[in-house]
Amino acid sequence: MSDQATMEAVARLVPEGSRVLDLGCGDGALLSHLRENRACSGYGIEIDDANVLACVRRGVNVIQLNLDEGLAIFDDASFDVVLHIDTLQHLRNTEVVLQETARVGRIGVVAFPNFAHWPNRLSIARGRMPVTRRLPYQWYDTPNIRVGTYADFELLALRNGLKIQDSFGLQDGRTVRSLPNLMAGTAVFKFSR
Amino acid sequence: MCRIVEVGNCPRQRLASAARRVPYPITSRSGGPCRGHTPITSSILHLFWVSVGIDTKIAPAILPTKKSIIRVYGFLTVHLLHGDAWRLTRPILPLRADLLQLAGTGVVEPRKSAKNGTPILAPFLASPGFFMFVTPSTFHFADPLPLRSGGSIRAYDLCFETYGALNADRSNAVLVAHALNASHHVAGRYAGQDKSEGWWDNMIGPGKPVDTNRFFVIGVNNLGSCFGSTGPMHVNPDTGRIYGADFPVLTVEDWVDAQARLLDALGIETLAAVMGGSLGGMQALSWALQYPQRVRHAVVIASAPNLTAENIAFNEVARRAIVTDPDFNRGHFYGHDGRAETKPKRGLRIARMIGHITYLSDDVMNARFGRALRHALGPDSGAAAQSEPGAAAFRYSTQDVEFQIESYLRYQGDKFAEYFDANTYLLITRALDYFDPAREYGGNLSQALARASARFLLVSFSTDWRFSPARSRELVKALLDNRHDVSYAEIDAPHGHDAFLLDDPRYTGLIRSYFERIAVGQTREVAHE
Repeated sequence: MSDQATMEAVARLVPEGSRVLDLGCGDGALLSHLRENRACSGYGIEIDDANVLACVRRGVNVIQLNLDEGLAIFDDASFDVVLHIDTLQHLRNTEVVLQETARVGRIGVVAFPNFAHWPNRLSIARGRMPVTRRLPYQWYDTPNIRVGTYADFELLALRNGLKIQDSFGLQDGRTVRSLPNLMAGTAVFKFSR
Repeated sequence: MCRIVEVGNCPRQRLASAARRVPYPITSRSGGPCRGHTPITSSILHLFWVSVGIDTKIAPAILPTKKSIIRVYGFLTVHLLHGDAWRLTRPILPLRADLLQLAGTGVVEPRKSAKNGTPILAPFLASPGFFMFVTPSTFHFADPLPLRSGGSIRAYDLCFETYGALNADRSNAVLVAHALNASHHVAGRYAGQDKSEGWWDNMIGPGKPVDTNRFFVIGVNNLGSCFGSTGPMHVNPDTGRIYGADFPVLTVEDWVDAQARLLDALGIETLAAVMGGSLGGMQALSWALQYPQRVRHAVVIASAPNLTAENIAFNEVARRAIVTDPDFNRGHFYGHDGRAETKPKRGLRIARMIGHITYLSDDVMNARFGRALRHALGPDSGAAAQSEPGAAAFRYSTQDVEFQIESYLRYQGDKFAEYFDANTYLLITRALDYFDPAREYGGNLSQALARASARFLLVSFSTDWRFSPARSRELVKALLDNRHDVSYAEIDAPHGHDAFLLDDPRYTGLIRSYFERIAVGQTREVAHE
């Protein structure tokens, strides 16, 4: 989900000049984009050595941490925006990290693969786990250990008392606002406490 | 003795062509041989090239025929005029000036501003086959240095080495602070001495992660050490006697103050970076707190905001081993010349053995030594030992070296006791114990780090239990609380604390990338001016 259009769609949810925490920041491309185009500052969190190196190479602040160990290192409300771009589905303690996200940031932005996207449904209907461009893994080697849908996240957010400020789907770099649970490969939520 | 960087294996033609591509216009006012300057003669030229350490067989080829300035590795800018007269401007060190006067030149006038800071010899120094030969310099400080203990050191010498060239705007200096048993000899090697590589030679040098083709790197021997800077084996000017155990107790902050004075002497106001591992990392951190305006980047590796009780305990065991050695003689074991007469080697050996255990990880020690026996494969054990390792070869002795790990520790202990000073060991471990910048803020590290303005890179190693990743994360948290720029990498390496001195591509790659960013940042800043 590193294509430019998707990155820009997410970036538009981040107010200008925000202090941003990007959880699972990858190679730092989004933070770098936010810094250069939206005057944002902040840090990325990343577990992978190669990505940490890539961030340093870009001059993006990066902290090497395992998100499953929580965000204890960050104070309450110490960021304007906390980003979870394609990270949530990899976490063991998804709900805890989501609560932590709401604690640390005023605004949370989450993007993750929507398993209810129609090609996935079709695949399941045929009796097989989906393997698509968005979800290129076999069931036995996927890093996506949390299989959730757009609709599922709405419920999880509700359960944790999070206010959804905006939500939409993303498909081929375009925003999907009608029937996103069916029509979009990626679910995007912007929420606050 | 002045520092020397020697150009080895550089083809004559390439140097000559470098000289023709000198990037600056002439800055001579008269356009001809300058008044008051000695016309060049071959003997003067020879002396000059020797004084800056350039091979005299190659050096004449550098002389260009056109008016130009050429930068020579070292502190010097050399103006070459018409090839028939020359002068040197602004050597920073008085000792350098002495040398040049020896060479028969007039040393005058501050350097004119040169816009481009790139050392001209850089491309050659990065070429394969280049060796960086270095020699240490010593700078004498006549003003007393006030210490945190309330005392002071009246006059002192600091031993240091430099690598690379200081650029024209003096913005590319990197200070490297050493840890417990190291010295100012950070990188390069001494001419005529094989295996004399500096302790961080894998990290620092031409084309290395901290690239001396871009950065001017300074290694300083700390006060109280035993490698040339004023220490317990030197004469106390107040009493006329060797300091011994009376050498004032020093803190990390005192070292940093002394280093800052050296930078003043070198004409360096701001450091591009200060860098160190372990105790060196504490100095880097302390720099960012004591002289926030003088540090742009602080690289703090395998370090901690203070020592834990366990860590102080290890130091205390080491100190007791030294102090209770009968040869320690209450710290006064030197002859009139400062050489140890009765060296407390037993104590030093044990101190080093304890240290070594804590610098390694359980895993790496098991992998390297396991339960292997020292004599398992020796002639007196024979095939039985090989077929039944660990059983047949036991000597059933309580005093002999039985296991490989014992042999290793004894060897390390012996080696260390030969070259290290007992009083220095006490002083340095005490400085470690005392370091605690949060102390004056009621233990609040975040408040303590508020005054820093540098950008930070922190690195820790997963199996380092002496300076564990958790301690680095405390620093990261305190920096985050203050919204300071910080990057932090936790390298999953098996080598324990020692990992910070070893080659791990993730680690060296990270340092390389970080310093490349520093260099890019500098170029940008210059462009904005």
